[in-house]
Amino acid sequence: MDLRRDVFQAIADPTRRAILTLVAIQAMTPGAIAEQFDSSRQTISKHIQILTECELLKQEQNGREIYYHFNPKKMKEIADFIEPFRTMWDDRFNKLESIMKKYKTKK
Amino acid sequence: MERKTKVIAEEGKQYLTITREFDLPVELLFKAYEDPEIVSQWMGTKVIKLENKQHGSWQFETSDAKGNVVFQAHGTIHEFIPGQKIIRTFEMLNAGFDVQLEFLEFEKLTEETSRLNIHTVYKTPALRDEMLKLPFAYGINMAHDRLQEVQAQFIR
Repeated sequence: MDLRRDVFQAIADPTRRAILTLVAIQAMTPGAIAEQFDSSRQTISKHIQILTECELLKQEQNGREIYYHFNPKKMKEIADFIEPFRTMWDDRFNKLESIMKKYKTKK
Repeated sequence: MERKTKVIAEEGKQYLTITREFDLPVELLFKAYEDPEIVSQWMGTKVIKLENKQHGSWQFETSDAKGNVVFQAHGTIHEFIPGQKIIRTFEMLNAGFDVQLEFLEFEKLTEETSRLNIHTVYKTPALRDEMLKLPFAYGINMAHDRLQEVQAQFIR
């Protein structure tokens, strides 16, 4: 099955956040990442796949090995925390506007 | 669609500005802040008290489906000029954010449109940023809940 991934889903998981922290310091192979965790290699590989799908990680072929890089541009989208705040107010004000439009016609 | 609500929060400052234009006469926009029943509708909270006058106070409360109180906020009204201006304080209870000061300006644009400017001052820049992050954190929690729902489906 193919879940549509978004960055917020991706960072909701503590293991994935830990992977991001590791890779942010230096690019790593999947094997090197997996060694840092008690979970199975398969589990970690799944986490890496999710992080790659939502572009928090980028793959780079280096000879025979694949290295994972941290993608700061995508992380900036998350850090741009004003947007959810703005959306919250926008939703509230949209509601206010539609309530008052109805109120107006009722009168 | 054009974004109607603008939030300006300069880095390192302890204030922010929210601006929004409405397809409503300014009187109706103001009414949405004045009438307790209407406030509760668009804010999604119960209005316990709303004394629209100088030295008046207000109190909001939100409960979940089980009746547990999940949100409580209160403050006092410093200035209340119908159709123009409200100056008030705002504080969430048990949230550790301290009091914030809000200047609300209601502006007539045309007969049928208006603008609202909210200037909010926090105790410190750090507290302002924490407040900004609240809906962000909520978004993460929502995503987390969604994830758990998906996982629960797999287990079944």
